[in-house]
Amino acid sequence: MPGPPRHVERKQLLDARALQRVLQRLAAAIRKAHPQRSELVLVGIQTRGVPLARRLAKLIEADGGSRLAVGTLDITLYRDDLTQIAAQPVIKRTDIPVSLEGRSVILVDDVLYTGRTIRAALDELIDFGRPARIQLCALVDRGGRELPIQPDFVGLRAEAGRGESVQVRLEEEDGDDRVVLLGPAGTRAPRRRGGR
Amino acid sequence: MSFPRHLLGIETLAPEHVQAVLDTAEKLREVLDRPIKKVPALRGKTVVNLFYEPSTRTRSSFEIAEKALSADSLSIATATSSASKGETLLDTAKNLEAMNPDLIVLRHSASGAPHFLARHCRSAIVNAGDGAHEHPTQALLDALTLRQKKGRLEGLRVAIVGDVLHSRVARSNVWLLNKVGARPVLCAPPTLAPPGIEQLCPLTHDLDEALEGADAVMMLRLQLERMAGGFFPSLREYHARYGLTAARLARARKDVLVLHPGPLNRGVEIASEVADGPYSVILDQVTNGVAVRMAVLYLMLGGSQEAH
Repeated sequence: MPGPPRHVERKQLLDARALQRVLQRLAAAIRKAHPQRSELVLVGIQTRGVPLARRLAKLIEADGGSRLAVGTLDITLYRDDLTQIAAQPVIKRTDIPVSLEGRSVILVDDVLYTGRTIRAALDELIDFGRPARIQLCALVDRGGRELPIQPDFVGLRAEAGRGESVQVRLEEEDGDDRVVLLGPAGTRAPRRRGGR
Repeated sequence: MSFPRHLLGIETLAPEHVQAVLDTAEKLREVLDRPIKKVPALRGKTVVNLFYEPSTRTRSSFEIAEKALSADSLSIATATSSASKGETLLDTAKNLEAMNPDLIVLRHSASGAPHFLARHCRSAIVNAGDGAHEHPTQALLDALTLRQKKGRLEGLRVAIVGDVLHSRVARSNVWLLNKVGARPVLCAPPTLAPPGIEQLCPLTHDLDEALEGADAVMMLRLQLERMAGGFFPSLREYHARYGLTAARLARARKDVLVLHPGPLNRGVEIASEVADGPYSVILDQVTNGVAVRMAVLYLMLGGSQEAH
């Protein structure tokens, strides 16, 4: 079975320090938007949304306020492309620790692209109860939406072409903290000519 | 490596696929505790449960698993179907297949019946028990229960006790436990031990010896319906020599688990004090049965067919 073309790193979008600054900014924005923290639940989408949600919760709690509920969501069973995937995707843990009834939920994901993952996450979340509100926080928005879905909190906007991908690497999963733009091996990133 | 197209038995299942089923089942069990106990993973798939033998547990377990994954399913018990008018297994299956199901779950009294269907049908086949041959999903749910309670399967000493001769559960379990590095030991009266079984697994006729240091005991149902010809003098004598009582269980390890595939013959192979006692995980097995069947269905139908 031929795999997808090998991707190589083209550009580093964020290093560890810049990533930390972006997370702090996101945490501040969420804190400002939700003064009533007891109503709030952060739900990280597997895989990298989970450590991101935990880190954001820590940063939000750093002001000494009350603790935040953090859940994890695996959307595999709600995907609309199961039949297009070669092998069966591995199912990861879903854990919603509190009732979502009447709460504000912020979904946390690493990269926002077509919006299909978020569509599946919304369907799944709603099967757990009826939250008062669901918002979306994405570390990177790379554009290319195929559904009418927009984030409420964005760490970084990065244009990436069809053949390219944005990879978020996190200490917890990958051993280091950085965000990189990947492209197929053997091609070059198109050079920007002139100014904007 | 993608999951095989059919699940016909444990004997031919690769160890990594055993692990895949257990790992997937572990995750899927949580779905059954959700406020809405249903996920859309198998929406639009059709599953036929074709049961040529009576079954409560296995059939309802498959049905719940199918519904929890949003597959459309129908169950056919042959007592109320055209099979009672003399239609052959192949004709029944071919006719069902003309209605284009994605998967057929088959329970049949003849060993090899699911293998026969797999050769002649386009649908994926899951063996839900064929004669005295195999009952793969039972062995998988037993393994899941052991792994959950003990944290591992490797190295566990597991006594499998009773009517080994007629038991597809025993055979599937021996294959599975051997595959994952556990240490099964069979215990049966000489008349209920199939000849040559020692090549597969150590065998003893002494229950106390089998129980010595056991991490788990799997009791087998005495299959009274398959016993026309005097395998033992009386049920009372069978119970006296091979029935599991609290006193005999004391020979096993202190944290021993007692499993039974059901239905129970209380007071025959197992005393009520043990079946309902603190070491019994019999009802955990039933819950895990649904999770394991969800995992099998998901792994067989969840990916694309072209991948096979």
